[in-house]
Amino acid sequence: MLTNYLPVLIFILIGFFIGCAPLLATRFLIPKKPDAEKNAPYECGFDAFEDTRVPFDVRYYLVALLFIIFDLETAFLFPWAVVIRKIGWLGFFGMLVFLSILIIGFIYEWKKGALEWE
Amino acid sequence: MFDAIIALVWIVIKIVIILVPLLIAVAYLTYAERKVIGYMQCRVGPNRVGIFGLGQPIADAVKLFLKETIDPTAANKFLFMLAPVLSLMPALAAWAVIPFNNSWVLANVNAGVLYLLAMTSIGVYGILIAGWASNSKYAFLGALRSAAQVVSYEIAMGFALVGVLMAAGSANLQTIIHSQQGGIWHWFFIPLFPLFLVYWISGVAETNRLPFDMAEGESEIVAGFHVEYSGMGFAVFFLAEYANMILISALVSIFFLGGWLSPFDGIPYLSNLFAWVPGIIWFIAKTFIFLLLFLWLRATFPRYRYDQIMRLGWKVLIPVTIVWIFVVGFAIEFHLSPWFN
Repeated sequence: MLTNYLPVLIFILIGFFIGCAPLLATRFLIPKKPDAEKNAPYECGFDAFEDTRVPFDVRYYLVALLFIIFDLETAFLFPWAVVIRKIGWLGFFGMLVFLSILIIGFIYEWKKGALEWE
Repeated sequence: MFDAIIALVWIVIKIVIILVPLLIAVAYLTYAERKVIGYMQCRVGPNRVGIFGLGQPIADAVKLFLKETIDPTAANKFLFMLAPVLSLMPALAAWAVIPFNNSWVLANVNAGVLYLLAMTSIGVYGILIAGWASNSKYAFLGALRSAAQVVSYEIAMGFALVGVLMAAGSANLQTIIHSQQGGIWHWFFIPLFPLFLVYWISGVAETNRLPFDMAEGESEIVAGFHVEYSGMGFAVFFLAEYANMILISALVSIFFLGGWLSPFDGIPYLSNLFAWVPGIIWFIAKTFIFLLLFLWLRATFPRYRYDQIMRLGWKVLIPVTIVWIFVVGFAIEFHLSPWFN
């Protein structure tokens, strides 16, 4: 059973290697001429005005929170979707109740304006 | 012990057989993109290196390889190096479970769809880490926008996949293809048509391609998350983007268009006429159609505004998928033929 997943693991390792190899090769093979101006963060040719670690819009954080709720929901739906033919009407209505709770939450956050970006 | 080594070598050989054509396809997709968009805009595209400019991708690769690696002083060195690898690795590793033919699949695992969902989700870490580690304002803004966008469309994508799983009754990719057998009218794009559209649109948004390329946004945040990358770092991000395009096209054709199944199955005269065509040819042809659609979208549409992107993701695609999950559920419970009997 688990031996099925061995090629997947090896594929991941090889994918990682294909990403690393050219990066490391150019880093050590190609000559470097560092320069204070060249290595400074890009800001349209000026010196950077302030630090990059500035406060950012809280809505990005909100999106992340909503994402967690909905992504968990998909994780719950996956096993249910695979066996829906076997569990019949009872299983179907069970998920219906579960999903309608999520939908009520979704309508609430919609009305509250959590999804607005103006 | 010896047997185990032989088995390992076999696996590595198979992986190389998958990866080499894939990487060549990635290189020539960049060429195809410039050529196709060139002709759409009444230009000829690259035509100087080799016949018809066919040497262009190789020349580009050599140029990028010879460029100096710049380490920005403000950057977090380790994460800065890790980010491009993290975005390329999942785009390649996802191919471990893709079936090319009736029997050609590297790992025929039961949780194939789950694995694909996990792998496509890892891609966003590369972008986010790149934006944070660069310690540059444009990179940071690009990464934030892109992370929020990718994450939003991933929900729609996940819900669309739930529809596919319900219709197929399995998370194994071969089983999903087998359950679409019996002719073009059995393919899932008919009973799951809204999910098919949602999955495709989310796929375009997920790969940060136009019209959803807020992550790069050349005209406002110069290049977004990879503004600080030079040479090979930039090239690896570029590879990852194009490998992801091929992956999404392949996935759409597997989930909704029957993967390697022939479109002429079940049609009296034509099915015999095309019986000799191997499955992988149909698979590549279907994938190719969606790749061309990617390029066409880029040539045709202007960039979305950010609030429009978020509105489309949250207020259109997610409600559509939830409603259609119910529709599919009822269709299954009532054994709607010919798809769910």
